[in-house]
Order: sequence, then structure tokens, then C-alpha cells
Amino acid sequence: MSALKPLPRWADVALLPLLNLLLAFVVSGIVVLAIGHNPFTAIWAIITGAFGNGYNIGYTLYYATNFVFAGLAVAIAAHGGLFNIGGNGQAYIAGLGVIVVALALQDTHWLLIAPVAILAAALFGGVWAFIPGYLQAKRGSHVVITTIMFNFIASAVMIYMLNRVLKPAGVSGPESAMLAEGARMPKLGTFFAPFNYTPVNFSIFLAIAALIGVYVLIWHTRFGYALRVMGQNPTASRYAGISNSKMIMVTMTLSGALAGMVAFNEVFGVQHRLVLDFVADAGFVGIAVALMGRNHPIGIAFAALLFGALYQGGNELQYVISGLDRTVVVIIQALVILFTGAMEGLFRPGLQRTMMLFSPEQKAEAIARETVKSES
Amino acid sequence: MDYSALLSLLDATIRLSTPLLLACLAGMYSERAGVFDIGLEGKMLMAAFAAGAIAAVTGSAWLGLGAALIISIMTALLQGAAAISLKGNQLIAGVAINMLAAGLTTFLGQQLFRQGGRTPQLSGDGRFGTIDLPLANEIGQIPVIGPIYSELISGHYILVYVAFLAVPITAYVLYRTRFGLRLRAVGENPKAVDTAGISVIKLRYQAVLITGLLCGFAGAYFSIAQGSGFGNNMTAGKGFIALAALIFAKWKPVPAMFTCLLFGFLDALQIRLQGASFGGIEIPVQAIQALPYVLTVVLLAGFIGKAVGPKAGGVPYTKER
Repeated sequence: MSALKPLPRWADVALLPLLNLLLAFVVSGIVVLAIGHNPFTAIWAIITGAFGNGYNIGYTLYYATNFVFAGLAVAIAAHGGLFNIGGNGQAYIAGLGVIVVALALQDTHWLLIAPVAILAAALFGGVWAFIPGYLQAKRGSHVVITTIMFNFIASAVMIYMLNRVLKPAGVSGPESAMLAEGARMPKLGTFFAPFNYTPVNFSIFLAIAALIGVYVLIWHTRFGYALRVMGQNPTASRYAGISNSKMIMVTMTLSGALAGMVAFNEVFGVQHRLVLDFVADAGFVGIAVALMGRNHPIGIAFAALLFGALYQGGNELQYVISGLDRTVVVIIQALVILFTGAMEGLFRPGLQRTMMLFSPEQKAEAIARETVKSES
Repeated sequence: MDYSALLSLLDATIRLSTPLLLACLAGMYSERAGVFDIGLEGKMLMAAFAAGAIAAVTGSAWLGLGAALIISIMTALLQGAAAISLKGNQLIAGVAINMLAAGLTTFLGQQLFRQGGRTPQLSGDGRFGTIDLPLANEIGQIPVIGPIYSELISGHYILVYVAFLAVPITAYVLYRTRFGLRLRAVGENPKAVDTAGISVIKLRYQAVLITGLLCGFAGAYFSIAQGSGFGNNMTAGKGFIALAALIFAKWKPVPAMFTCLLFGFLDALQIRLQGASFGGIEIPVQAIQALPYVLTVVLLAGFIGKAVGPKAGGVPYTKER
């Protein structure tokens, strides 16, 4: 038998992730079933909980906004062959930039604050990712380990900042002061009534802009080309005269800046203050989103929406089936990462074989083989 | 600080470094064989839950430990299947395992016991008791050195002794046995091992199995020795500290023990230092908490020596046709 041919692009990009996703759902369904609940009831509860009405959709879009940023952060690094699992820490530290700027400017207008806050978030998140990038580029320390360590360091830094530095007098919990009314990103609900009382805000337009921006950057710029060359073959890129170490540092900074936008959405658009652990593992969801979306902005948009829906649907799940809640979603999320990321090769050989049965070359070959056999 | 306070600080150090040491040695087997393992946390969490749940149901700490070992090994096999057989990204496999463990343990805990993800409080035979070494009382009477034996060395949970015994065993296995030689070789140059006619896949699975076993001990320690029952996310990042310790010890057993003791000491100190101040300057507890991570980053950057891991680490092996 001849060697397996690579899959056609559509199968690689769409079919394989879908099969993996389906497997993740089936396994999650088995877990739910094992506990004695009906998985179909659970799925229906998640779907209606995510899209049932304007309120649900508003929340879904709010989560999706975060996941777009986190997914893009992972994806842009992945194109350069880097695995940034420090999105949580980068977003967390970026919150510091957002709140400092927003508090300083809170007597002005939100339109003035927004661009400065975006820059601050990008700067803080970027710097927090630049350091691991620098250490990999110049000192050879693996970016994965350093970003893990930086997640924990960020957490320690933020606990200190919230407890000792940013906590205003008279507040007991570890949180910063509240932003003034006029210094908040407007909610979509103010303009579009069905989204009333939901946290989805103007940051969603920034997310869309980021999707387009990353697409242009990766596939239509000189930088993007160099980035992909480095990701595919670092040796070739070095011989082509690209400075890999510079590319690593720039890429990680960009990745961290994108992760920082999670803080922009959360702090400036939703919480209006800095609270403990506001990132809520969005950085890790970003890994699943980027894996599912095959590091392409269109894929990431869909994957972010899917995870937004899972999150919101998961929240609603507990009101429908007592005992089931968001942790089901964490399991699904983990299985998605497992199947689409680590076990990506699970279906590939089978699918390749199946595809070959239907390809014209294969048929011709099979007929030829038959003829040879009958002649001999 | 007086003598008895120092002793109790060191005693706490031993207790806190035990799970780190077990997890660190666990990681050593798999990373020495060329499989990066950032899923230590997940395996410990699964094991801690299994131990807590089974001990709560059966009332036996030993059955709890057995369950912990089985579940941890199964988790390790799942991760191994992704990282070794399916040639997936080892780092992503680790991330997935950690997340799966966090979700599953909370979910199952809530479903089975309905106490917010906790298992019921364990008591009596459901928990490991501490072991008094022979003559602890008698030797303890000797001034100054007596208490070192009776308080520091004696009177720990059995898993503490398992952990510290695992250090010389690991050193022996890695450096003095044929299996250890092959294990180290497969992490440095799997092709050479393959050419010699030894199965890379089989060796890596064996390494991952040992990793699962040791993580099982570590996890059980959390819920049925040190703690009395499983609590949500009770490993709290210890798997990553163990990973940091592994790098810090440059993937060597004896340095691993000392690094884990150092990190355990920092942990004990941090608990003791809550709200304390030195000469008017208060050291933030968070600074001490972050110290192991900072040290690891500094070490990895080569500022205090160079940490070079096994050369073939992180790369799935593909046999040439």
C-alpha cells in the first residue's frame, strides 16, 4: 500500500477539529451519564442557556470577547513556534496598567480613556510576556516553563498590589477603587435593549478589530511572513537572514499585548475596578480556542464563540439540572484541549485512509492492482 | 527564635516538602526519558481526590492510597498515550491533564458527596497516622540532639518516609541499573537507543508509569495524610513548584531532595511570617511565596549556573522507515 497522502485542506482545517470536538462532547456526555443525568438534557440546557434570549446572548458575547483576545495571543505565538501558556499572568498584570490609567483619567471622558487604557494594557501585558521572550531569545530558557513561572509570580504581585497598594481606605476586600460612572466603557445594552443587564460592551469591537489585525499581520505583512518561516523552520529562517531572537521577543510582546486586552474588557468594560483573579483562567481557555481554531482568526472567532456559549450555558446549567454546573464546562474544555491539541493525530490516519478510498487516483490504483492480479 | 521554634519550623519544612519531593522525583523519571511533564499537578490532584473519596467511603487509608495509585497511573497513561503513541505536543497534553483533573475532581466531588466539592472529613483509620520510630521517647530525653531525633526524624506519616526513601532508590535506579542507563539514554538520544534494538516507546511508557506511581503517593499525601479529606484544588500549584524544583536540581535525585527541602522551608517560613516584620521593614509574604518561581526563572536564564534538561525532551520519537 502506498504512503498515506496528506489530507485536503478543508478536511484538515474543518473536519478534523469537528471530529475531535465531537469526541470531546461524547466523552463529556459519558461523564454526565455516569453520574446519572441525561446528557441530552444537559446539552439542551447549555444551548438555551447560551442563546435562549438576549440576556443569554449578551453574556455569551462577553465571554467570547475575552476568549478572542486570549486565543489570538496563543495563536500569534504559535505561528512563530512558541507556546505561550502565560496568558493568565499577562492579562492579570495588564489589569494593573488599565486601572492605573483609568483611575488617573477618570474625571475625563471614556473616549479619551479607552485608547490610553488599551495602550497601557498592551504595555503591561506585553512587558510581562517580553521577559520570557527575552530569556528564551538571549539566554535559552524555555518559554513554556518561564511563562508558567510568570503566571505564579504575577499572581503573587497582584495579591500584594491589591492588598497593600491599590486598596482604598475603608474597603475591606482586596480590590481597587471603583471607576467613576463616566469613566467606564459603555455597555452594548445601553444602545440595544435585549442586551440590558449583560456585561458585553464596546470591547467586542476591539476584539473584531484584533481578529482582522492579526489576520493582516500574519498573512499580509513582511513580519508575518518572517514569523511563519521561523515557526516552520527556525534554521531556514536564520539562513534567510531573519533574526530569530528579535522575532521571538517581538512575537512574545505582541502575544502578551493581546492577552492584555482581556484585562481591558474585564477591568474597563465590566468590573470597573481591579479585583482578585479577574482573569478567571481565560488564558487557558485561549489555548483551547487557538487549538480548535487552527490558529486562524476565522477559526478563533468561531471557537471563541463556542467557548463563550459553553461558559454561559454552563452557568445556566445549574438552574436546570441541580448539581451540574460550570465544572462540566471545565471538563469539556480540557477534553477539547486534549483531543484537538495533544491527541490531534487520533483520527488523522483513519480519515486519510477513508479519504483515499474516494479519491480518483486510489480507484485507478485499485483497478490496476486487480488487473495485474487477474492477468498473472 | 529559640531552639524549639526552630525545630518546629524544620519539622514543618519536612512535612511541606514531602509532596514536592515525590512529585519532583516523579517528574524526573518521565523527563529523563524525554517526556516533558507539566501535568504533575493534574495527576496529584486526581490521586488526592481518589484517595480522599475511597478513604471516606471505605474508612481505610490503605485502600485510599491504592485508589490514588491506580487513578494516578491511569492519568499518566492517558497523558502518555497522547504524548508518546499519538506523538502529540507533550506540553499541551500536560495542560489538558491539569485542566481535566481540576474539572473532574470538583465535579465528581460535588456529585458524590454534595459538600461543595469536598470529601467528608476523614478520621481514624481513614487517615494515615504518624509513626513513632523506635526509642523516640528515650532518645528524645537527651538534650539538644535528642529532640532532633524524636521530633524531626520520628513522628511523621509513612508517606514522608516513602518520599525520602525514594531518593536513594531513584539515584540507584538511574545511575546503577541497566534500566536507568537506558532511561537516561532515551532522553538524550532516542535514535541511538532504537538502533541498539531497544523500544523507545516501551521505555518511555515505563518511565511515565513510574511517574504516575509517584504522583499517586504525592496526591494521597495531600488528602489522607497531611489533610483530612480532599478539598477543591488542594494541590494549589505544588505540581509546578515541583517542576521548578526539578529544573533547579538539574534533573538529579539528591539535589532534588535538597531543593524540595529548600522550597518546603520557604513555604513553612511564609506561613510563619504572616504579619511579622523585621526591624520595621515588613517582608511581604507574597515575595517569599514567589521566590521558588523567581529562582527558577533566574536559574533557567543561566544567571546562577546553567540548567540544561535532557536533550530529546519534548520531542515525540518517530521511528524512521
